[in-house]
Formats: sequence, C-alpha cells, structure tokens
Amino acid sequence: MAPIILLLWHVAVLLCTVGLGVVIRRSALARRAVYGVSIATCGLAVAVALVHLLASPAIDSIAVLPLGLPWIGANFRLDALSAFFVLVINLGGAAASLYGLGYGRHESEPRRVLPFFPAFLAGMNLVLLADDAFTFLLSWEFMSLASWALVMTHHRDDDNRRAGYVYLVMASAGTFALLLAFGLLAGPEGGYAFATMRARGPSGDLTGLVLTLALLGTGSKAGLVPLHVWLPLAHPAAPSHVSALMSGVMTKVAVYGFIRIVFDLLGPPAWWWGVPVLIAGAGTAALGVLYALMQNDIKRVLAYSTIENIGLIFVGLGLALAFEGNGMKAAAALAMTAALFHVLNHALFKSLLFFGAGAVLTATGERRMEMLGGLLNRMPATGLLFLVGAAAISALPPLNGFASEWLMLQAILLSPDLPQWALKLLVPVVGALLALAAALAAACFVRAFGITFLGRPRSEAATKAHDVDRLSITAMAILALLCLFTGVFPALIIDALAPVVDGLTDTRMPVQTHIAWLSIVPIAESRSSYNGLLVFLFITVSASLAAFVIHRVASNRVRRAPAWDCGFPNSSPATQYTANSFAQPVRRVFGGFAFRATERVDMPAPGDGRPARMTVTLHDLAWELVYDPVVGLVNVLAERLNHLQFLTIRRYLSLVFGALVLLLLIIASWP
Amino acid sequence: MDKFAFDIAHFLAGSLVLVSLLLLYQDRLSALLNVFAFQAVVLALSVSWQAYVQGAPHLYLTAAIALIVKAIVIPVALHRMIRRLGIHREVETALNVGTTMLAGLALVALSIVVVLRVTADAGTLAREDLAFALSVVLLGLLMMVTRRNAVSQVVGFMSLENGLILAATGAKGMPFVVEISVAFSVLVAFIVIGIFLFRIRECFDTVDLQALDDLRERRG
Repeated sequence: MAPIILLLWHVAVLLCTVGLGVVIRRSALARRAVYGVSIATCGLAVAVALVHLLASPAIDSIAVLPLGLPWIGANFRLDALSAFFVLVINLGGAAASLYGLGYGRHESEPRRVLPFFPAFLAGMNLVLLADDAFTFLLSWEFMSLASWALVMTHHRDDDNRRAGYVYLVMASAGTFALLLAFGLLAGPEGGYAFATMRARGPSGDLTGLVLTLALLGTGSKAGLVPLHVWLPLAHPAAPSHVSALMSGVMTKVAVYGFIRIVFDLLGPPAWWWGVPVLIAGAGTAALGVLYALMQNDIKRVLAYSTIENIGLIFVGLGLALAFEGNGMKAAAALAMTAALFHVLNHALFKSLLFFGAGAVLTATGERRMEMLGGLLNRMPATGLLFLVGAAAISALPPLNGFASEWLMLQAILLSPDLPQWALKLLVPVVGALLALAAALAAACFVRAFGITFLGRPRSEAATKAHDVDRLSITAMAILALLCLFTGVFPALIIDALAPVVDGLTDTRMPVQTHIAWLSIVPIAESRSSYNGLLVFLFITVSASLAAFVIHRVASNRVRRAPAWDCGFPNSSPATQYTANSFAQPVRRVFGGFAFRATERVDMPAPGDGRPARMTVTLHDLAWELVYDPVVGLVNVLAERLNHLQFLTIRRYLSLVFGALVLLLLIIASWP
Repeated sequence: MDKFAFDIAHFLAGSLVLVSLLLLYQDRLSALLNVFAFQAVVLALSVSWQAYVQGAPHLYLTAAIALIVKAIVIPVALHRMIRRLGIHREVETALNVGTTMLAGLALVALSIVVVLRVTADAGTLAREDLAFALSVVLLGLLMMVTRRNAVSQVVGFMSLENGLILAATGAKGMPFVVEISVAFSVLVAFIVIGIFLFRIRECFDTVDLQALDDLRERRG
C-alpha cells in the first residue's frame, strides 16, 4: 500500500478513536483504549514515515479523496518534507500517548481530554499531508480547535478560560493571515492545489506580502514575538502530556507550514526574504529566554523556552533563505539542516521536559518552583531524566541540542561570504543574540532544575513527593535516550535529513556517515568538525575517572556535618537560594528595556513589626505596545458603531442609499 | 432590431425616469398617488412593447399585472386610505424639493455612467434599459430617504420596484416566475405596509415616521 494511504488510514483510525473516546468516555477502559490505540497508530505512522524517508524520499506519494471543494477534491501528498514532519509529530504523539497512559490516571477530568487528544493528533497529521490550500486550512483549523478544547480541559479555572479565549483569538487571526496568503498564492485563477501554486512560479510584487502573511500566520501558531502572547498562557493550561504535544509538536506543524509556503510554494527566494525572518527569529530567541528566566511557574518556563527554540529554528530558516537567495547552495543546505535538526531535537527534549513537569505536578500538585525543591531525592528517576532534558535544551554536548545549535552557528560563521552588506551586518548580530540566548537558556535550566530538584523541600507537598508510575517514566526514558542518541550520532540524522533539504534547497550537505569515527564535517575539515561519540566517551570516561579519583585519593571517610548552616543550624527552607534570587542578576541587566521591570522595597521603620517586602513588577511589552492599542482601538470603534443600533428608520435607509451611491460612484470612477 | 422599435423602447423607459422625477416633485399625497398610477401605466406600456419586440407573450401578462395592480388597485386603495386617515394634503419632506430634484438628476447621470461603463458588450437596448431602470430604482430609494410620511415611503418603495420590473423585462429570457414572484412580493409588502399604516395611525394619530423615531429615542 502506498505510504500516503497508510498515513490516511492512520488519521482515520485516530478519528475513529475520537468516536470511541466519546462513546466510552465514562468507562474505566476509555483511557487505556484511547491512548493504546494512539500509541499503536502513531508508532505505525513513525515507521511509515521513516521507511519513506530512508527508502524512497524522492518519490511523492499522492492521494485524492472526493471531499472538500468539489472541483479539486481533497489532495494529500507525502514528500520528503512532510515525511520528516510526520515522523517528528508522531514520535511526539506516541510518547505523549504512552505518558498519558500512566499520567491520565491522575487526570481529574478525563472526559474532557480523551475525545480531543486523538482529534488533535489527527488534525496535526492532516495538516502535514494536505496538498491543497482548502484541505490545509481546514486541517489547520481542526488542529486549532481540538487543541483549544484541550486547553479548556480545566475550564473552571479563570486563568484557563482566559488562556482559551486568547488562544482562540490568536489562532483565528493566524488562520486569517494564512487564508490571505493562500489566496494570493492561488492567484486570480483560484488554483488552490499546491501543485498549481508551485507551477505558477514567482508571483512578482506580491511575494513580500505573501512572505509577511505566512510569517504572521504560522508565526502566531509557532509563537514568534510579538505573536507569542497566547503561548505561555495556553501551553501550561492543558494537562501535561497535552502541553508537551502543543509545545513540542504543534509548534513544529507551524514551522512546517512556514517551510511549505515559503520554500516550496513561493518560488525561488530573493536574498532579502531572509531579513524579516532573521530579525523575527533572533528577537524571539532572545526575548523568549529572557521571559523564561523571569517565570516562577515551571510549565510557563518551559512554554517561554519553546518560544526561544522557535526563534532558533526561524533563524535557521532565515539563514537558509538568505544563502539561497544568493545562490550559496551549500550554506543554505547547512542552515536548513540545522533548522530541521533543531525541530526534531526540540520535539524530543521539550516533550521530555513537559513530561517531567507533569510528573512533578502529579507528585506535588505544585507548579510554582518556589514551593518545590529537593525533589531529586524523592523522585530520582524523574529528576535524572529531567536533568537530561535540561542539559539537552541548554545545548550541552554530547546531547542533541548542542549538535543542532552548533550547526546553526557554523552556518552563521559563513555569513561573511554573503554579498549584501545588510546581511553581512545583520547576521553577526543575529549570531550574537543566539549566543546570548544559548547562554541564558543554560542559566534558565540550571535555575529550573536546581530550584525544583535540588536543595531542600520548600513545602509540605515537596517533602511527601513520590516518583510517578512506570509508564510515565518509560516515556521520559525513551525520549531521553533519543536525545542522547541523536546527540551522539548526529551524522545519521544529517544524512537522513538530506533528501528533505535537497527538496527545499536543491542541494544537500556532504554525506556524513562515511567520515571516520562518525564525525560531522559541515563544510570542510579545516574549518570545523565535531564528533559526538568522542565527546560522549571522553565525558563518560573523564567523569568516571574523576569520581574514582576523588573517592580513592581524597579521604573516603564519610563525614557528616550540617551543611549551609552559617550559624543557623535549623534554618527554614525558605532561606534557600530561590528562583527569584537566581533570576535577579539577569533581571537587573535586561529587565529595564525588556520588561520595564521595577523593584520596590518596602522597609518598615525600626520597631515596626511588619515584615519587609520587596515587590518586583514586570511588564510584557508585547501586550502593552501591540495588543493593548489594538484592543483599545477595537473598543473605541465598537463604542462608536454602537450608535448605529439606535438610528431611525429613515437614517438606516439613508445609510443603505449612501452606501449604494458610493459603490456606484466607485464603479463609475474606476480607471 | 430596427431603429423604430429601439426608439419607442427608449422613449418609454425614458418616460418612466421622467415620471420618477415627477414623483419627487409632488407636494401633495393625492397628486403623488396619481403620478404613481401614471408611472404604472407607462411601465405597462413599456413592458408590453418589450413583449411585442422580443416576441415574448408572457410579458403581456406582466404588463397586465402592472396595469391592474399598480395603476388601479393600489392607487385606489391608497387614495381611500389617505382619505380615511385625512392626510391627503401632507407630504413632509426631510430635504426641500429643489435639492431633492437636483440629487435626483445627479443620480440619473450616475446610473447612466455606471451602466454604460460596465455593460460595454451587452446589447444596446439592454444597456439603455438597465441605465433607466437603475435610475428609477435610485430615484425610488431617494424618495424613501427624503420623505417623512409613511405613505410616500410606500410609494417610493413601489416606484423602486417598477424600476426592477423594467430591468427584468429589458433583459431577454427573464423567467416569468421571477417577474410574478416580484410582483406578488410587492403586493404582500403593500398589504403589510397598509396594515402597519393603520396600526401606526391608531397608536400615534399620525403617519409621520418622526413619531415612531421619537418614541424609539425616548426608549433608547
């Protein structure tokens, strides 16, 4: 059977599972049935995509169903690009289902999760397979609505309702932008099939507009600053395995949409296309991680960190556009590979981290880091796996985050060869911002891990935490192993990505798997090379050696002494270094311009019994500079238009009459 | 089509526009109704000429309906109505008559410019007919907008509808069902408006719509 048919069956099975979830949602079996089917079918989809990607990437698998618009039907197509994303999405989907199998037991409202979970998966798969604008947008909306329903799982919470509302508004705005973009791509003849758009070639003056609309439409789903505002509200609101899907996986569908429109449908790029994408990406990366550092809610930290990673991916895509616009094929392939590699990596470690946060939430009922601490002793497995995820997302070798970010920086180092001065100047700035983001991301996850898992418990709940069930741990362990594997053997991934990159940039990176010792050499050996395996071995050996030497050579007598007491042997855990203390230096440096942060110390006079307080206020400038004016404008307009409801009959008639005459005048004076 | 037939059609459609302008000029309700009846007669003539020229016998039926219902039944009914209401002298205008006439002339010019521009490849007769029909429609709307009195608004509405019939008959092959349904919908609208007129009168002792608006504003 053709792979596309298999994948459509995969979607069909998921949709049937929706029905199953609705029918037996009250039964105790429902959770196992829904997640079980999801695991099986997602696993199958991963296998299909992998086989397609490795065995016959150049062949497109096409199917047309008699649905959708009558004159084009519903077109589906599996090429190398969609196969790669199908792989990523279903990998995340299978892991989340496995995690949900265990985690779902603690869900207070399973009936609000079970039907929508497979629907969400099906929607994401359909977006990837769609081959005409109508099917694409329909699937896109289906995906948005299903995920909205999941955000609203705990709808009794006011914050969640607000998150759901903001999400819905932003999703609609994004879809609207995409609708316009596809309208422009389809042209006056209305060629909605992607094949027709591809054949139309460059659309002249409108490319800039299409690029902007695509950036707005997919950026609002992916979380580009300043379109990110819904993301830190919505992602933490859902149950944790859904958060993992939304954050680690759904944002990738948006990235896919951007790649599909800009690299595939829009025709050969001009060099300046890269500029807006680079600026948006770099700004998003730097601001996202700064926001992440300021948060105390662990799931919000992860959500903001997703924004940062999306920024990284878009920087890669922007670089690819800039290089390809200048005919620097090899460099474009390198940047594109880095971006796609990071897509895979982010899906792996962000899912892992959200699973970890979910485990912490289940064990303690607490998302505020200030109330956690010392969990490593009570939840060793979760703690260790979270540490792997944190190290991976902080781009520490030999884990996968390092491999892709290293490729990205290699691509940035090629920027002096670019002919345009604008790019020559812009790209190093972007590189500096990326380096800053990477450093801050490391700080952010040292903070997230350290405050949550190290130190002493800060609350009753944290003292009584227990490790979560075996299935959840297994899901996390699989992802952690995948992080390690892709980090240690990046050459395999780069070669597997080659057909995808080839389809998008007409060339590919040099074959990496034949290089000795599984090194990767993105450009030339004289410039740079990296060997994950050697780094891994070196780290393992040297760490074991160091541990051995310390235990042998240093005194191995166990001494017990009160730690950190400084004269207060029984100090309260509240005196520990806190998440806020950790963030303070960064906040002092960047807070002024990035958040207009203000600190106010309320110090009581001597003799006054009241406690001293320090209040920190942070502003989200995206809200204040972009959204508040828009909301204000809409309100003012609505207020004005409200008078229209109380007009007299004759004035209504006059309005209609005036509008008619105006339109006729326009027709009469149209050139 | 020979020149004579075209001239006649042109003449009749033009007369319809002229009568529409006359409607705008009236300052008494009874005179307004007479002019309206005259407009219906001209419409009937125009439609039957079209029926003859196009060789479409069903248009005669349309003409007959126009003649009977619009030239006789409705005006007579309205005459009786205004007599019973005792308002045959009053036509309150929201805009003075001179300005209204000037606006009406501008609208005629506008519709001719528009139609001639957008129907460059249609037949001559259809183009002229459409231009005149659009003028009649716009003049009817103008009348509805500039009159305060409910009866004159009804007349404006029906003159607007005459313009629609003119457009429908000018286009060859207009299904008869459409014409019939337009005619009957106007009849129904007329009946409903008539009932409303009496209801308004009962409530406010006047058919000046200003009274309705005042009430709304008081409530709003």
